[in-house]
Amino acid sequence: MSDNSYSNKYDVIIVGAGPAGVSAAITCAKAGLNVIMLERGEHPGSKNVMGGILYRHPTEQIIPEFYKEAPLERHITEERVWLLSKDSAVTMGYKSKRFDEEPHNCFSVFRSKFDKWFAQKAVDMGVTLICETLVEDVIMKNGKVVGIRTNRDYGDLYANVIVAADGANSLIAARAGLHPEVRSNTLALAVKEVYSLDREKIEDRFNIDSEGGVTIELLGDATQGLMGTAFIYTNKDSLSIGVGAFISQLMKQKISVYDLIESVKTHPMIKPLLKGGETKEYLAHLIPEGGYRAIPKYCIDGLLLVGDAAMLVNSLHREGSNLAMTSGRFAGEAIIQAHSDGDFTAKGLSTYKELMEHSFIVQDLKKYKNTEKFFEEHMQFFTLYPQIADDAAYEFFKVDGIPKKEKQKIIWKQITNKIPSWRLLLDIYNGWRVVK
Amino acid sequence: MHSVVCIKQVPDTTEVRIDPKTNTLMREGVPSIVNPFDMHAVEAALKLRDEYGGKVTVITMGPPQAVEALRRVKTLGVDRTILLSDRAFAGSDTLATSYIITQAVKKIDSEDAVDLVLCGKQAIDGDTAQVGPGIATRLNMPLVTYVIDIDSVDTEKKTITLKRSVENGRTALCVEYPMLMTVLKELNEVRYASLPNMILATNFKAEVWNKDDIGAEMKNMGLDGSPTAVRKIFSPPVRECGEMIPHGIEQPDVAVHNLIEKLSHNKTI
Ligand SMILES: Cc1cc2nc3c(=O)[nH]c(=O)nc-3n(C[C@H](O)[C@H](O)[C@H](O)COP(=O)(O)OP(=O)(O)OC[C@H]3O[C@@H](n4cnc5c(N)ncnc54)[C@H](O)[C@@H]3O)c2cc1C
Ligand SMILES: Cc1cc2nc3c(=O)[nH]c(=O)nc-3n(C[C@H](O)[C@H](O)[C@H](O)COP(=O)(O)OP(=O)(O)OC[C@H]3O[C@@H](n4cnc5c(N)ncnc54)[C@H](O)[C@@H]3O)c2cc1C
Repeated sequence: MSDNSYSNKYDVIIVGAGPAGVSAAITCAKAGLNVIMLERGEHPGSKNVMGGILYRHPTEQIIPEFYKEAPLERHITEERVWLLSKDSAVTMGYKSKRFDEEPHNCFSVFRSKFDKWFAQKAVDMGVTLICETLVEDVIMKNGKVVGIRTNRDYGDLYANVIVAADGANSLIAARAGLHPEVRSNTLALAVKEVYSLDREKIEDRFNIDSEGGVTIELLGDATQGLMGTAFIYTNKDSLSIGVGAFISQLMKQKISVYDLIESVKTHPMIKPLLKGGETKEYLAHLIPEGGYRAIPKYCIDGLLLVGDAAMLVNSLHREGSNLAMTSGRFAGEAIIQAHSDGDFTAKGLSTYKELMEHSFIVQDLKKYKNTEKFFEEHMQFFTLYPQIADDAAYEFFKVDGIPKKEKQKIIWKQITNKIPSWRLLLDIYNGWRVVK
Repeated sequence: MHSVVCIKQVPDTTEVRIDPKTNTLMREGVPSIVNPFDMHAVEAALKLRDEYGGKVTVITMGPPQAVEALRRVKTLGVDRTILLSDRAFAGSDTLATSYIITQAVKKIDSEDAVDLVLCGKQAIDGDTAQVGPGIATRLNMPLVTYVIDIDSVDTEKKTITLKRSVENGRTALCVEYPMLMTVLKELNEVRYASLPNMILATNFKAEVWNKDDIGAEMKNMGLDGSPTAVRKIFSPPVRECGEMIPHGIEQPDVAVHNLIEKLSHNKTI
């Protein structure tokens, strides 16, 4: 486009410059399509909250060797899971020298920096990026999505295909009639804090060297018995601390997420890790955690839904950005195909559906489709079992002259006092079944 | 009407912190913005163009990154943008800055006669309010500072009627142009960029002029041309708030008594 020519017609319009939108944009731009991407924030990532772990594999499919120049914090060398009760933690984890070697498995990142960098890559490849612009509506013609309307003067744009990459609670999907209604039990609310802490303190307390990093997923008491999880990730000179729970349960129990994060930070197992630091930033965000059952129709005439807008989050594995990137890339590939066929109807875009259904995205979400419901009906996993695990571990490790055999009996008795043994075995079996 | 607007890229002072130990500005990671007053100068020029026709040229002196300031005003729909950038400009004080900008305005004028030069009241970082008047003096143009209203332009007589803010009020003036004005925020509300202008701004190229382009002499710019030097930057000590002596109306004698007591206690009287 020359300095003074302006067109309101593009091959592709992408709404939202998060990981999903940028991945779709780059994929399309590489094939020479004329792409415009609209972002409401001051810059991509400025509205973003992720306390984030970014995965290498899906990111490299968009930008090979991105880690050589992208703004990353630490590569993760150790993953820990802590099952918290009131004053204890049963811990589990994995640390490997292999995670210390390039190419790394995953990284802690600040999304405000990473998204900006990632979107700039798209711009470098010819994508037009317009920030500080809110997309307010879709333009339909004969039942087909043909354009979008922004909040600016002369703000209508048209394209062969529109990509809704506008995150959880997608306005675009809603305006196109794709989200029946968002129910509070498919949405989780998360809060995140960036907690500044001296580099040396982080490295000492987490037993890492200057580049490596640790993730800790916190279960049990971290969410005061609500269905949800909390986390701590190490950055260069700060920690990302967050906690999320389903809105329906927060409402029922009258607990605010702000109380939750305070109780995480003051938990006796966590407080010493944070000593001497201070809160630098504080943010809240919605996560669609409806799983497989909540995925809306994501491909209609002229419109594709990607990333969080399509409710693609695997809550069990703290994944989201990878699903966003992969779905964005698939959408891009389908759009390229549709352009070579000249067919932008749902049928012409159906490559997207095929790619999705044959990929880990839909397969994983399908595999875990019963988990939300299962855990919702078995709240003892968040309340009773952490305590049982704590008591059992305490008995087991306490040296008090009681023979081991006797100890096992004591432990079992403690457990069966709290829950009938058949119930426990059934829960374990069913719990295993929903995640197997 | 051909208006030339001078804009300065400044750190967003709402995000600047002062290092309490060294008393220096911590500029790292602080986003840059267009000096807020200058945005109103751009808006005023655009309004005049909308009403009387003509053209708006925007110039800024600064490092290559200052092109972002030009991009920002490009989204509002200005016609031409010029970046004055040269290593020789670095370290310029207000005297040298106004010299460099004057040279540029002269060159623009030689290509396309300039009717108005607009500046902000002051820059929110340097705060001297000297650059605008400096340019007017060098160009030998009438100068009106603190403009809060532009009433009308008579393009036949080449006069402009405007109001400026003065202590205790405002004065109305009719001035011949070419002239230079510095403006206050009350002058107008800056428009919200249209989508087509936002799109055009994404791949615009600013013209870049160096010292030779504007025929500037070394002795007048940079450190050589700058008699001012900043010795120290510090935040003024926080003033302690005064003490109120109450009940002056109901019980004046008691209040006066208390006042005298205090003043003699700390040996003021
Ligand atoms: C606390 C928390 C922690 C998380 N941790 C992880 C993690 O460790 N690892 C991981 O992989 N995932 C994590 N996730 C999930 C992950 O953040 C999301 O899955 C991912 O960001 C989805 O990307 P997206 O591009 O679909 O949406 P988003 O990242 O939400 O991007 C959407 C973009 O669209 C813009 N936008 C929205 N509406 C409009 C509009 N109307 N007009 C214009 N622009 C608009 C937004 O400003 C935003 O930039 C976490 C989420 C939360 C909340
Ligand atoms: C932290 C700091 C350190 C400094 N150090 C030095 C130093 O070491 N030596 C030295 O000589 N000077 C120094 N200066 C002065 C600096 O060069 C001045 O900021 C500059 O000359 C402009 O003056 P001003 O900011 O007071 O602008 P003002 O006179 O307050 O600005 C009024 C108007 O003039 C116009 N204008 C001002 N600057 C420009 C520009 N660059 N391009 C286009 N239009 C402009 C704008 O319309 C603006 O609204 C320093 C300033 C700062 C903030």
